[in-house]
Amino acid sequence: MSPQITPIADTAQDLELAERILAPDGSRRANSRLDPFVADVDAAQLRSLHRDMIILRRIDAEGVALQRQGQLGLWAPCQGQEATQIGTARAIAPQDYVFPSYRETGVIYARGAEPGDYVRMWRGEEGAGHDPETLRVAPLQIIIGAQTLHAVGYALGIRHEGADEVAVTYFGDGATSQGDVNEAMIFASSYQAPVVFVCQNNHWAISEPVALQSQYPIAGRAPGFGIPSLRVDGNDVLACMAAMRWALDHARAGRGPAYIEAVTYRMGPHTTADDPTRYRDEAELESWRRRDPIARLEEYLRAAGELTEEHISETQAAADLVAKEMRAACLGMETRAPMAVFDGVYAEPHTGLDRQRGEYAAYLASFEGAA
Amino acid sequence: MTEVTLGKALGAGLRQAMRDDDKVVLLGEDIGKLGGVFRITDGLLEEFGAARVIDTPLAESGIVGMAVGLAFRGYRPVVEIQFDGFVYPAFDQIVAQVAKLHYRTQGRVKMPITIRIPWAGGIGAAEHHSESPEAYFVHTAGLRVVAVSNPEDAYRSLRQAIASDDPVVFFEPKRLYHHKGDVDLEGSLADAPPMGLARVVRPGTDATLITYGAMVTTALQAADAAEDEGISLEVIDLRSLSPVDYDSVAASVRKTGRVVVAHEASREAGVAAEVIASITERCFEYLESAPLRVTGHDIPYPPAKLEKYHLPDLDRLLDAVDRVLDRPNSLTGADV
Repeated sequence: MSPQITPIADTAQDLELAERILAPDGSRRANSRLDPFVADVDAAQLRSLHRDMIILRRIDAEGVALQRQGQLGLWAPCQGQEATQIGTARAIAPQDYVFPSYRETGVIYARGAEPGDYVRMWRGEEGAGHDPETLRVAPLQIIIGAQTLHAVGYALGIRHEGADEVAVTYFGDGATSQGDVNEAMIFASSYQAPVVFVCQNNHWAISEPVALQSQYPIAGRAPGFGIPSLRVDGNDVLACMAAMRWALDHARAGRGPAYIEAVTYRMGPHTTADDPTRYRDEAELESWRRRDPIARLEEYLRAAGELTEEHISETQAAADLVAKEMRAACLGMETRAPMAVFDGVYAEPHTGLDRQRGEYAAYLASFEGAA
Repeated sequence: MTEVTLGKALGAGLRQAMRDDDKVVLLGEDIGKLGGVFRITDGLLEEFGAARVIDTPLAESGIVGMAVGLAFRGYRPVVEIQFDGFVYPAFDQIVAQVAKLHYRTQGRVKMPITIRIPWAGGIGAAEHHSESPEAYFVHTAGLRVVAVSNPEDAYRSLRQAIASDDPVVFFEPKRLYHHKGDVDLEGSLADAPPMGLARVVRPGTDATLITYGAMVTTALQAADAAEDEGISLEVIDLRSLSPVDYDSVAASVRKTGRVVVAHEASREAGVAAEVIASITERCFEYLESAPLRVTGHDIPYPPAKLEKYHLPDLDRLLDAVDRVLDRPNSLTGADV
């Protein structure tokens, strides 16, 4: 045998290792670990989760369309990950603070983002799409995994103050290879920081499969850092919500960090800039279409007699309205004046930059009256 | 006035800043019980407790990344990077996170983080313990960069850095940690000159010698030696490398017309290059000769036994002074 240098474990396929409440066919399974955390979730709340997922999918589709139409420089689709994002984010309390990656459109939606917030950064109008203090969500992070450390630092502050808050951070499977993510787990464990790590294992880091990042289920790493973890079916919104409630309760109770690996799938490209047909096959995609998170919840609600035509049409109308508002906000954005490029670099005057600002202002002024 | 070492002055500055504002927290490796490998944080754990003097795991990116999160929460973290050469693993967190978050959020998130770095060579240290990485940070918008050269400045500038709403990379010349000087430990920050101002350490008329950090000491020695030859050198301590106080620099250049800029860091795209370019833009017509750089060579920091050939010394400074004054020098030869 020659030395094995390619990944051998196919963690991508170990889907049965994940905790779930709703099976892919929409049937409900007893789960003694997770059920207590969602015992209060009634049909009305399930319809609300369904509604949020439909709206998120519509927001995401609109983002892709706006990029294709040249209105956005880039968009990072999250189709397929609706259950993970909505299920976990809906469990987070208003006073908690979230440190997301760039793909967490559903998380900022669940935190109350305005229509323009989804596109402002991708359109290139501002460095951050939303007001961090209003949403209690840090700006979307593009450097892979950097935000996990920020969440731990924030959580350390919470712990020092004894505040009833938790910091939450989201990242992908690719990020688990980053030093920062591993350092974040060490620091969180060392200080017993009230932080929840949510790994959205969507199976692909651009073209690199999850098996290249991890030869072992990702949630299995956390206990090695002293952090309890759960591996949940990320396309099961109920399981995601239950897992997140478990993790938040754990952190809020002063028992330190908790870790969730949500096993899901990114149905589209990594961003609008890549072509997934070059690196993954149609059969894999098709197998995940059969695990669609929205269809799964629909099946469950329908079988339970809880899915009315009225709910479906109302939801569709709500989704269309959000998309329309998002498009209007996007197209209506006014690019700031040239001198705005200098705004906000420093909190206090900086003579070096102030001089450049003055020079550029004089340069711009030199055009006035020139024609 | 109290005579203290530069190291003690820094410790006193940290203590005062922590007393002034309970949002000031310290983070770093070995800063608690040990008091830091240079003992700068000595006694602070006892006074302020482990919640404010935080010993960390050995991960520089983690330390700075944690500071970012604490800043989000409204704290004023002061990070100690144990040695200059250890800052590189934290480079992303400093240049892509700390430096940019205020700009990205249009000022809605402040990063009042001070990153203290025991810095530069001349102490016969092991590899990675003598680096001069200041140009990387000067080149990064959103950061302020300070380099101190004496106890009084160390005490005052550190408190100013911590009080600043901007992130400050704060360089401490470790070969001066034991140098003593008078410090006004009772002085109010309100009365102190701003952090960004340069200082004329020694007035002169024939040429201006501009430097910072431990090289200020060497520059003053050069000025003494030059005086013996009847040459009057003005020595400027930049103190702040971002921003550079070009008003003070230009005032001196207009007076002397001749300039030497010196630092330990390598030459290529270094601070001296920037300072000379800016001088040329601002006061070209006052220059009597081409400004010169005296710097470390463009080499990795050499082994300790060779560092004396890398670090600009008195003679290399004086040779450059001879050149800008058109006196016999290493290029022209003594016989010319």
